[in-house]
Amino acid sequence: MLRVDLEILQKWIAPDSRVLDLGCGDGALLERLRESLNVEGYGLEIDPERITACIARGVNVIETDINKGLAHFPDNSFDTVVMTNSLQALKRPDLTIDEMLRIGKECVVTFPNFGALRTRLYLAARGRMPVTKQLSYQWYDTPNIHFCTVRDFEALCREKTIRILDRATVASTAIERQLSGIWPNLFAETAIYHLSKHQNNTGDTR
Amino acid sequence: MNSSFPSDSVGLVKPQTYVFDEPLELACGRILPRYELVVETYGELNRTASNAVLICHALSGHHHAAGYHSPEDKKPGWWDAYIGPGKPIDTNRFYVVALNNIGGCHGSTGPRSINSATGKPWGRDFPPLRARDWVHSQARLAAKMGIGQWAAVVGGSLGGMNAMRWALEYPDRLRHCVVIASAMKLSAQNIAFNEIARRAIQSDPEFHQGDYLSRETLPRNGLALARMIGHVTYLSDELMGTRFGRELRRGTFERGLEAPIEFQVESYLRHQGDSFSGSFDANTYLLMTKILDYFDLAREYDHNPVKAFGHALCKFLVISFTSDWRFSPKRSEEIVDALIGANRDVVYANIESEMGHDAFLLPNPRYESVFRTYMAKVADEADKLARGN
Repeated sequence: MLRVDLEILQKWIAPDSRVLDLGCGDGALLERLRESLNVEGYGLEIDPERITACIARGVNVIETDINKGLAHFPDNSFDTVVMTNSLQALKRPDLTIDEMLRIGKECVVTFPNFGALRTRLYLAARGRMPVTKQLSYQWYDTPNIHFCTVRDFEALCREKTIRILDRATVASTAIERQLSGIWPNLFAETAIYHLSKHQNNTGDTR
Repeated sequence: MNSSFPSDSVGLVKPQTYVFDEPLELACGRILPRYELVVETYGELNRTASNAVLICHALSGHHHAAGYHSPEDKKPGWWDAYIGPGKPIDTNRFYVVALNNIGGCHGSTGPRSINSATGKPWGRDFPPLRARDWVHSQARLAAKMGIGQWAAVVGGSLGGMNAMRWALEYPDRLRHCVVIASAMKLSAQNIAFNEIARRAIQSDPEFHQGDYLSRETLPRNGLALARMIGHVTYLSDELMGTRFGRELRRGTFERGLEAPIEFQVESYLRHQGDSFSGSFDANTYLLMTKILDYFDLAREYDHNPVKAFGHALCKFLVISFTSDWRFSPKRSEEIVDALIGANRDVVYANIESEMGHDAFLLPNPRYESVFRTYMAKVADEADKLARGN
């Protein structure tokens, strides 16, 4: 995870709150949140090496296959449920987002924007699935099975009447950063969303 | 130390006996007037006694967890794979305390010991125990050894129950609780297996309602049968398939021949049963399986595990094994969910293994790596405390 993402994300998380991180990787985010915001965090991870890395950092890590469901977590049991760069690797991202909003009062989701101009040009010019620095897999071996664009994601939020509290974008060059403010779907490399349940039923999503 | 021992072994060890003359009030209401605990220790206790680790044994375990009693020993202690210099429970850093619990049959006060009131072995009259009785007896041992707070209390299976009970009974006397292949309570299926094992023992004509010692006999067949049943449930179908398959130890299926046939698995189980029944005490087996059956972590906390763990102060490491169906990963996940609900620090790993419940005793690279990484943090903390910062 990039430093910039971390900094943006941190602004949306309250000090001393309870955070659940889906696909927590090596635990860097949770460690950072604990140190800077005194957050009580738990991470879910499936990769053995990353789990060991979390243990070495002293981060609470729970071996879990997110695709098998999160039904054992009670409603509203976390202040924020975070998922960074894992959405596109899930079997049913839409169902996981439902679960995140059930478990957390708020959610933060980040994902690589497949609608970025670079990606579009790659596909248009070469006629092959984009392989970039950020998305470095071949089509056949990628864990990323559900790519989406900024517009796709927002359409899903509308459909599910999910409230978008904030949106931020990350891009690698200064000009792209500026342009991504105006045309996020063309210039954001990574999109970061701060979500909550629908306004009219924030207390109960059932 | 004998140079023929492996370099990562604690080497030659000698059990010690601690005598407790102060009566111990038991959960059943009866009082154990005095008791002895047989104990082994490995490593050195540091200046501030911050590096002590308690090992809680399982159903058939005892104090001999690591090292060798004599140079002729063929096998080391029961958890030698994980206790020793450079091993996950690193005896270069920790002072490890392993004991035989009361009710046991390896030297600590139990059904085989002499009841001072009668001058005869306790036998079936030995009071029924609960895991908390072990915790209280272990707390007195800690006090005697000058250990105010364990760096970690560690246990697998029944030992994991013992460790969890520690976290609730004496929350400020341990910093970490390591619960391996365990459960907050047994399932009906699990109790059922224990009952079959008990019935096997009780049906042996030599059992004499538990009074076999005074009649100078032993319910060997019953105990062997109990162990065979238990053993099958500790292994997985896959493992038995790869280890024994349908291989024959003797005989043949060839037509026209009437030689007696013995499968490898039959001979293996028979051997396991026979060697166990020669060394273990039947009354202890009955008592231990009942401790397992009656254990219910949250019973006194309105049957609410979150409320129960709300009383704990330590951090938890929970480990399960994919092919363990006697203490399945689901049971460990329940522990983890309750700990998260109670806002306790917890790490959980579900280790890929085909060894069944026995996996917690056996070498496994991933299990080792998780355990080692966690215990290294525990040791760092203990060092920090010893330095006084």
